[in-house]
Amino acid sequence: MIVAEGKPVEKILEMVAPFKKVLIAGCRGCVTVCLTGGEKEVGILASQIRMARSKDGNPIEILEQTEERQCDAEYNAKFLENVEQVDAIVSLACGIGIQYLGEKYPATPIFPGVNTLMLGANIDVGKWEERCMACGDCVLDKTGGICPITRCSKSLLNGPCGGSQYGKCEVSTPAKEDIPCGWQLIYDRLSALGQLDKMKEIIPSKNWLRAKGPRTYVREDLTLDRS
Amino acid sequence: MTEANDKPEVTLKSGSALEKTYVSGQFVCTGEVGPPMESSFHHVELFGNAMKGRVDSINLTDNQTAMTRLSSWAAAVKLIQMGLEPNLQMVCRDRNRLAMQSDLLGAYALGVRNVLCLSGDHQSFGNHPGCKGVYDLDSIQLINMVKRLRDDGCFECGAECKNNPKFFIGCAENPFGDPFEFRAVRLEKKIEAGADFVQTQCILDMERFVLFMERVRERGLHKRIYISPGLMPVKSAKMARYMQHGVPGMLVSEDFCQRLEKAENGKIAALDLTVDYIKQCQQIEGVSGVHVMAVAWEEVVPLVVEKAGLLPRPFAPFADNPAPITDEIKAMWAKAKVDGYLARN
Repeated sequence: MIVAEGKPVEKILEMVAPFKKVLIAGCRGCVTVCLTGGEKEVGILASQIRMARSKDGNPIEILEQTEERQCDAEYNAKFLENVEQVDAIVSLACGIGIQYLGEKYPATPIFPGVNTLMLGANIDVGKWEERCMACGDCVLDKTGGICPITRCSKSLLNGPCGGSQYGKCEVSTPAKEDIPCGWQLIYDRLSALGQLDKMKEIIPSKNWLRAKGPRTYVREDLTLDRS
Repeated sequence: MTEANDKPEVTLKSGSALEKTYVSGQFVCTGEVGPPMESSFHHVELFGNAMKGRVDSINLTDNQTAMTRLSSWAAAVKLIQMGLEPNLQMVCRDRNRLAMQSDLLGAYALGVRNVLCLSGDHQSFGNHPGCKGVYDLDSIQLINMVKRLRDDGCFECGAECKNNPKFFIGCAENPFGDPFEFRAVRLEKKIEAGADFVQTQCILDMERFVLFMERVRERGLHKRIYISPGLMPVKSAKMARYMQHGVPGMLVSEDFCQRLEKAENGKIAALDLTVDYIKQCQQIEGVSGVHVMAVAWEEVVPLVVEKAGLLPRPFAPFADNPAPITDEIKAMWAKAKVDGYLARN
């Protein structure tokens, strides 16, 4: 899923400082699952902003609405009634949702209520880890199903650098951030699979063109003939 | 390694003094200078001069430990102007394949003949931790790019390169990194990619290096690549202990630390240890030379090299007439109380 963290309320208060009536728009997709931008978080943020502004003697009116997805025009159409009433929108969707909702209502300023962090998995309660960087040219077949682009700090393709030790990446600091060496993980997995020979194969330089945007994807079999 | 008199007609890939020495079968000795964090060649001139005639080639580190420093190619050209032979280090962290090839063309045109291809320390260690790490290529892909430029006369993209650079291609390998069993395999990958010589990360644990060399010989790699272990005089016991616990990918043996800790004069002990390790390396089958990497202590290289009996150098520039030790270097020796080192028994 797409993992996001909420921005500090102070930052959001700065963004909405000039406005008297604001919509906080939530999303029931990834940001609901990672407990950052669903209905519940929309409600909490709305209360925090109302209280802060009242305390400053500058009350604000907040509308709250959460829809299925903000990366989908059909669902974004449902925000119309509320958008027409407000001066600005704060979206708690991921970076895609924020922009796509903004595209739907270009006359209304939109602000991010979250920082979008990664494509990750929920590995434990309150803990997420990145697994994919959407590079557009998957190499998992060569690397035992573990992504070196994402899990090696240098995105190396031909094995661990000299900084790998005791299973940890060289940037790992036990006190702050415990990062396994991605290539140690790959080595261990291939070893368990009896496929260590794959570590000998030289993987040639990568075509990063597929990893860098702006990217588009067209599927001819699905496009509508509008002629 | 090949005996010079067996094969008088060896075709050299680059013609560098470093290559000639390796090919001749004589024991190689290289040094290293870390370019300074300022726009001045003083440091490079000072230490380059101290090593003049005493080493076969001098490495110029490339933004070592991810700190912004005077560029390695500019420092390399400075050494050429002094009549010395540089070994240009190039890391994958700071440049993409366009920039790397462009620097390789420029460096070769200015006379650089050796290049050492490295991944580079992660940018988060340095003085610009928030900068964007490039890693367009990894070190193995970089080696292969330099080889294709040399042997196929083409750029990484496949297009022809006229007046293509013909470098003697080096790589690093860390016998102390994990997974240990993969380290020799990784070296083999580098050979397959095109590496001619390897300078290892510094050996501060001889037992582990010996074990690594066993793996290397099992795979017959010592017959396919010239191997120079990196040897570092470590200034103090405190520093050795720090490297033992605080530097990723490094192993420092208990014996190494204790020899420094128990010594009356730690600096002398550090030099003795390096000389001792050089002599041990000379006995290991498959080792073709040593790379003396006196990080932030370059002034002691002449002492170590002479004490280890590595002089005179066979093909090094100014080998017959090493540069006199300057007063500035002598003052540095005196300050560290190593000035009487060569006179000691």
